[in-house]
Amino acid sequence: MNVATAKTAPVAAPHPGDGSVLKEKIAIRNLNFYYGETKALKGVSLPLYANKATAFIGPSGCGKSTLLRVLNRMYDLYPGQRAEGQVLFEGKDILEPGLDLNLLRARIGMVFQKPTPFPMSIYENIAFGIRLYEKLPKSELDGRVEQALQRGALWSEVKDKLSANGLSLSGGQQQRLCIARTVAVRPEVILFDEPCSALDPISTAKIEELIDELKTDYTIVIVTHNMQQAARVSDRTAFMYLGELIEFDETNKIFTSPNDRRTQDYITGRFG
Amino acid sequence: MQSDHTAKAFDSDLQELTRLVAEMGGLAERMIVESVDALIRRDVALGQRVVAADAEIDNLQRVIEERAVSTIARRQPMAVDLREIVGAMRVATDLERIGDLAKNMGKRVAALESDFQPLKLIRGLEHMTDLVQSQVKSVLDAYAAHDLPAAMTVWKGDEEVDAICTSLFRELLTYMMEDPRNISFCIHLMFCAKNIERIGDHATNIAETVFYMIEGQQILDKRPKGDMTTFATTVPGN
Repeated sequence: MNVATAKTAPVAAPHPGDGSVLKEKIAIRNLNFYYGETKALKGVSLPLYANKATAFIGPSGCGKSTLLRVLNRMYDLYPGQRAEGQVLFEGKDILEPGLDLNLLRARIGMVFQKPTPFPMSIYENIAFGIRLYEKLPKSELDGRVEQALQRGALWSEVKDKLSANGLSLSGGQQQRLCIARTVAVRPEVILFDEPCSALDPISTAKIEELIDELKTDYTIVIVTHNMQQAARVSDRTAFMYLGELIEFDETNKIFTSPNDRRTQDYITGRFG
Repeated sequence: MQSDHTAKAFDSDLQELTRLVAEMGGLAERMIVESVDALIRRDVALGQRVVAADAEIDNLQRVIEERAVSTIARRQPMAVDLREIVGAMRVATDLERIGDLAKNMGKRVAALESDFQPLKLIRGLEHMTDLVQSQVKSVLDAYAAHDLPAAMTVWKGDEEVDAICTSLFRELLTYMMEDPRNISFCIHLMFCAKNIERIGDHATNIAETVFYMIEGQQILDKRPKGDMTTFATTVPGN
């Protein structure tokens, strides 16, 4: 509601920003995405800032997961799916053909909804990824595995059973193992696709705490259905609806006074 | 107003909060009128009733706060809903303070012993009360109707109340200098005038809350001020 108070209304305080200088890690420019004939993303443009967590929210089918999957070219695995527009990662368009996808996915890692540990030891789960990209002597590899598990906030729980099967861990531990595995190859951006939807509240809190810590070194993008989670972990929030980006702003602003009526209806539970 | 929530019970939670604030507002309005009425007519019994009514207002504030907190805990409200709930709590706090100020006037009725009844002063006080009471009423209507322009009218309209308070203040000083026997009465009246002026300030606070609820931002501007009692002096012998 925009009350006609332009002449008489007092000036409102500007929304307090976080004041830090923002660096665009990824710039999405006029992105369209097609599943065959179906257009799933319609002219989406937004920046993803370095060392910030950006959350994509929106109802099912709004295109938020699609957008996430474009960011590391996950869709390339499927025929009939194509993207148009630009996704500039440090200035280079990752949509260009001929791009080394393995290298791209090492720089832009992804954590999925369901924990997906490999059916091998905890140690091998981490070392496997590192070996794909680097040849390290055993001692150095041990160090990297420990580092990754520490970064994944899992080290203290598994350090005495590194040879145990990754699948023997609890759901929350498995998810942290997957995060550690992603972190181990030292990516620059980490994409989280509903990372906590299969986890209990304590594991969820641990992952959220972890995301908060990872921000110091990585650029985080998270897709979540849980709005409180988006509000808790992200700095910027993008609200999407029917393939369009409706609103993108500071998370505080989105969850206290969004500009668009559709954003408001969605986050306050008035949709549909 | 907003369309309905998917969870209907959330709508009724919010409606109940608004209803409680309205009930509290009605009570506060009545206390203002009755306290001044008691003061002017020296009706000690009415003054006592005002004092007693304050407990009811205090209780309503507690109820509103408990409901607001439990709604926040259970529903994790966002955006306009969150502001609605925070707004209800803030308005309830202002109304509770208004209740306290009216109660304070109710108490003073019993203390007014003198027969001294300067008509002009009483008229001034009545006029000021009328103004403030209509400010409180308008702002509560604006709150209930989410009417931003109406709230802003209240926000800007407090200047006149402040000006009357200042002029009453000067006049009371003159009476006190004329005859020291007037001092006790005049002091009580002065506190009452100040209480009414403060009630006006709470009305403007509520207007600011309405602004926040609708716009999602705090008012940055300075409100126009007419209260000069801090500077008002009457030099003896002049």
